[in-house]
Amino acid sequence: MKTTLSVLVENHPGVLSRIAGLFSRRGFNIDSLAVGTTENPDISRMTIVVEGDEYVVEQVKKQLNKLVDVIKVSKISPEDSVTRELVLIKVDAEPHMRSEIIQIAEIFRANIVDVSRKSLTIELTGDKDKVKAFEELLKPFGIKELVRTGIIAINRGTNCIKVEEE
Amino acid sequence: MKITGAEALVKSLEYENVEIIFGYPGGAILPVYDALYNSKIKHILTRSEQGAAHAASGYARVSGKVGVCMATSGPGATNLVTGIATAYMDSIPIVAITGQVSTSVIGRDVFQEVDITGATAPFTKHNYLVKNAEDIPRIVKEAFYIASTGRPGPVLIDLPRDVAETVIDFKYPEKITLRGYKPNIIGHPLQIIRAAEMINQSQRPLICAGGGVNLAKAEEELLKLAEKANIPVVTTLMGTGAFPADHPLYVGMIGMHGVSPANKTVAECDLIVAAGARFADRTVGKMDSFAPKAKIIHIDIDPAEIGKNIRVDTPIVGDVKQVLAEIEKKVAPKAKTEWNDFIDSLKQNSASNSVSGGLNPVEIIRQLSEKTSGKAIITTEVGCHQMWTAQHYKFVKARSFISSGGLGTMGYGLPAAIGAQMAKRDTMVINICGDGSFQMNLQEMATAVENNLPLKIILFNNGGLGLVRQLQEFYCEKRYNQVYFGFVPDFVKLAASYGIQGMRIQRQEEISAALDRLIEHKGPFLLECAIDINENVYPMVLSGSPINEMIGG
Repeated sequence: MKTTLSVLVENHPGVLSRIAGLFSRRGFNIDSLAVGTTENPDISRMTIVVEGDEYVVEQVKKQLNKLVDVIKVSKISPEDSVTRELVLIKVDAEPHMRSEIIQIAEIFRANIVDVSRKSLTIELTGDKDKVKAFEELLKPFGIKELVRTGIIAINRGTNCIKVEEE
Repeated sequence: MKITGAEALVKSLEYENVEIIFGYPGGAILPVYDALYNSKIKHILTRSEQGAAHAASGYARVSGKVGVCMATSGPGATNLVTGIATAYMDSIPIVAITGQVSTSVIGRDVFQEVDITGATAPFTKHNYLVKNAEDIPRIVKEAFYIASTGRPGPVLIDLPRDVAETVIDFKYPEKITLRGYKPNIIGHPLQIIRAAEMINQSQRPLICAGGGVNLAKAEEELLKLAEKANIPVVTTLMGTGAFPADHPLYVGMIGMHGVSPANKTVAECDLIVAAGARFADRTVGKMDSFAPKAKIIHIDIDPAEIGKNIRVDTPIVGDVKQVLAEIEKKVAPKAKTEWNDFIDSLKQNSASNSVSGGLNPVEIIRQLSEKTSGKAIITTEVGCHQMWTAQHYKFVKARSFISSGGLGTMGYGLPAAIGAQMAKRDTMVINICGDGSFQMNLQEMATAVENNLPLKIILFNNGGLGLVRQLQEFYCEKRYNQVYFGFVPDFVKLAASYGIQGMRIQRQEEISAALDRLIEHKGPFLLECAIDINENVYPMVLSGSPINEMIGG
């Protein structure tokens, strides 16, 4: 089972290593981790996708909360949230294959960001399923390289994950 | 006021009312020792950094204050590591200060450089690498606050040499703002009411007191609750002393080497009130057979402990002192029942005999307990002697059993005894040790003598590693490997070379007089007891067994 957690942390050096260390030493599995600053530059937000049952997720939440640099841990439910990931894919593209690849990219609203004689590099943003479908369609052409940012997530509606100011 | 970072550190420690630092100087921490030169803070020079960390831990556990240890960068810092991890596993509040190489050369593998914040992250509650001297007062204030509040634990401050030499404007902060750290002190009122109702309805209730009761100074609240409803009490190893061992409601220690009546009681009770206990593996034995008939109320200040090892019916996150007091108010008074009689009958028939005709280690502990009325502060190392002490010394005061329970650190007891004696100069402090453990940190005898500490050492010498030998007997079909020492020094002569008087006994009838001599002797004293290596610790619960299935129980 995969669970998405949104973790607000102090934007201090060393925080990422504390969190990564916590996962490895307690035997928790990270599926993906994305991190960046928030609207408040003192606070970073990590979106962590955790693999594990209810017990594991509960322990992950509690252990994360024990870290002094962790301000808030929230579970993000798939129904009430928007999740996105950005991938860059470099595919084999001999000149006669190009138009077909470009067509697929257009259907997925992906962008061609680099062209060379023998390759195309495509940028795609989407949720997990969209990215996966796109990847499958490009496989027959030969994927030379693939890089992804990891999932980020935000709640739908006015519901915000924020630090309560005192 | 313009002062250096090192002076700011020392001043900040003074603001935190630090009286004693246990430490060992070196290059990178030079500015701090220079700043300490004119401070009223007493510095105790140990003989290894590990000794300093354990001494700070022993000091913290007896005084109830934060213990402070200090070392230089590199090997100084890594020698602290075992002590810090020991404190972490037992939730002991210490602040460790390490020197670090200058910020300009961090990461270049210069002389005595080690990434100590990285190394200690897994077993510190929090740690700091100070980059700006202006941050020192805030960091010190936060470190003491974090170490001593919530679930206590060690905090490390790593101070690079150039930061220590930077001149700053000193101002000690009044407030702390840590948005990511807000320990939950007050137990949830509805959960407290539920817990009280569960106790009122229970026919066979049992309180299991852990180290948290000692840490939270909750022994009076515990006693009041137990007496009001006549609830029997067992303790974990770390909970030893939290409930007076001479009290009729006390059953004993539970666990792998718990006493038989206590382990059997757990199997029969219908309710366990776990107070500041974390259901450690060595305490509960086979997890899913622990207290099979019981509902469980779990009181702990650390939410992460709730449900970590054991299913819980009523969790209460909060300070155990506050929560026990609240529960006590809501619990109905109850007279003794058949349940109490049943436990008393279990307590009647538990005895242990010596395998050899020689010195019975249990008898030594029993006589020591009687002669000191259970009021000495006892530190231990790790091994047979530790288990015999926890089983048979009748501790009547909280925070008087000082032992490494979680990490199981051999070499803990002697330096911890130094810290304990520094905290309480007028109480007898006795380090009970084995010859294996004693040889891990015996250099600290020098620290004890230098500081005129009248420490007593009772050394159980079996010429090897008794508890490991016992494990090999049961788990390795008696293939004894590396558990017998080929050479053992003359400990009485060794002690004499440190200026510590000592004597050696071998026969049962010598025990009483020898203990009298140890107790009456004004200065430090070492009593070496020749113990047969085949003396095992019983009862013993084999791994994978429920705790009521004991060998020798």
